[in-house]
Amino acid sequence: MNIEEIKIIGGFNKCGESEKVNELVVKRGEIFGVVGPTGSGKSNLISDIEQLAQGDTPSSRKILVNGNVPDVEMRRDPRKRRIAQLSQNMNFLADMSVEEFLIMHAKSRGMNSEGIVDKVVDLANQLTGEPIKKDYNLTILSGGQSRSLMVADVAVISDSPIVLIDEIENAGIKKHEALELLAGCGKIVMVITHDPVLALMTTRRVVMRNGGMTEIIETTEEEKEVSQRLSEIDSWMLSMREKVRHGEKLNLKDIETPVVSGN
Amino acid sequence: MIIVAGTPGAGKTSVMTHTIKQLVSKGNKPAVVKIDCLYTDDDTRYGKLGIPTLVGLSKDMCPDHFAIYNLEEMAEWAEKEGVDTLIIETAGLCHRCAPYTENSLGICVIDATSGPNTPRKVGPFLTSADVVAITKGDIISQAEREVFRERVLEMNPKCTIYDVNGLSGQGCAEISEEIMEAKDIMDLENEELRHNAPLCVCTLCVGETKVAKKHHRGVLRRIDGFTKYVGE
Repeated sequence: MNIEEIKIIGGFNKCGESEKVNELVVKRGEIFGVVGPTGSGKSNLISDIEQLAQGDTPSSRKILVNGNVPDVEMRRDPRKRRIAQLSQNMNFLADMSVEEFLIMHAKSRGMNSEGIVDKVVDLANQLTGEPIKKDYNLTILSGGQSRSLMVADVAVISDSPIVLIDEIENAGIKKHEALELLAGCGKIVMVITHDPVLALMTTRRVVMRNGGMTEIIETTEEEKEVSQRLSEIDSWMLSMREKVRHGEKLNLKDIETPVVSGN
Repeated sequence: MIIVAGTPGAGKTSVMTHTIKQLVSKGNKPAVVKIDCLYTDDDTRYGKLGIPTLVGLSKDMCPDHFAIYNLEEMAEWAEKEGVDTLIIETAGLCHRCAPYTENSLGICVIDATSGPNTPRKVGPFLTSADVVAITKGDIISQAEREVFRERVLEMNPKCTIYDVNGLSGQGCAEISEEIMEAKDIMDLENEELRHNAPLCVCTLCVGETKVAKKHHRGVLRRIDGFTKYVGE
């Protein structure tokens, strides 16, 4: 089944009032943002979509796929699941090696695991500083390594038409590359973010407050320009971060010519 | 008759509380028996649902064994209370027992944060269950959740798996549907366990405290796997 769109039918906020945004449609190829203060219910919105909620979660939201209620099998069986989720929960509890874990995960998605471990690990290592090896135990991976591994896992093993991302910026990985890798082409991507660079990379964003969707903001042309410049500042910051990371010293000259001129 | 087993702290009572609310809203009249070892206040939690509630403390006996020995008493009690469904929640000790009987609905509640090796370790209470409710999946990654689920299926390919949340009750509506559709036990007198209890009874079971080999009788197994019987 090709997934052309998902529709979120609003439920209730934390006070039991109807959500101001009572219908939200996200189409194929769109990168959609979710913004709002901590505790405003962003993760719950993503979780409702991941579960394809049918009024059975605390928010009472309903999720339609291509305008229809998805069948039970799609909700339940990971082999039929069309949704990949990168949650904030990145601490591995599984006491097994990277290789063993990836093979099991490929199996749970009904995939042939041949060559998949190297592919995921190579991809993960493009996003993080200290390389991951496939015989490493999952529990020793750092925050950045775990997150990179998960991004690569979502790109290769959980490769799905709907991708949900919860705060990718938190773990010191190359977020632009990660988002590009995850968005691929023709996917529906929803990304929770506090990062203005990522937020303005989206076409629209929904504002969350007190557990409810309150407003939808279209990214304006001006904002796209802001995004471009922020992006330049960001890579400038990143270049200095890399210097510090590699044990180099910074001097005043490094911050003399930040590329914020716009052209 | 519904028999619920699971690892301690997995959220059996929370899952069942939400499930029972669903049952009641569908017009079903359930009663619940909680079997525990030394202490429980779960009867007050169940009691708040306004349904008949009974507690059994097994003391130094395995709670699963205790539950099995008392099935008839519990069934009689439930009959007197005039209920449609009897839910027995047993605490379990070593998880080498499967307290499920052939014609009951066996529900296993297992905690996803215990790691994907757990399904390999826990034995018949998982492998012979009809329904496996996986809790706490919301605090691990999607990939780990899927790996956990795969491990459960490796150990018990026939079970139906539900991801449930003991706090919000998500997934409990499906479990209540399974309960509504469960068959009745028609002949309790001839009802059998799905899986025999582990090798017993040994000298330790009946109170021996000395550890040296010469004090032990019954079925004894050495660490190299050699099994022999000592005694008359």
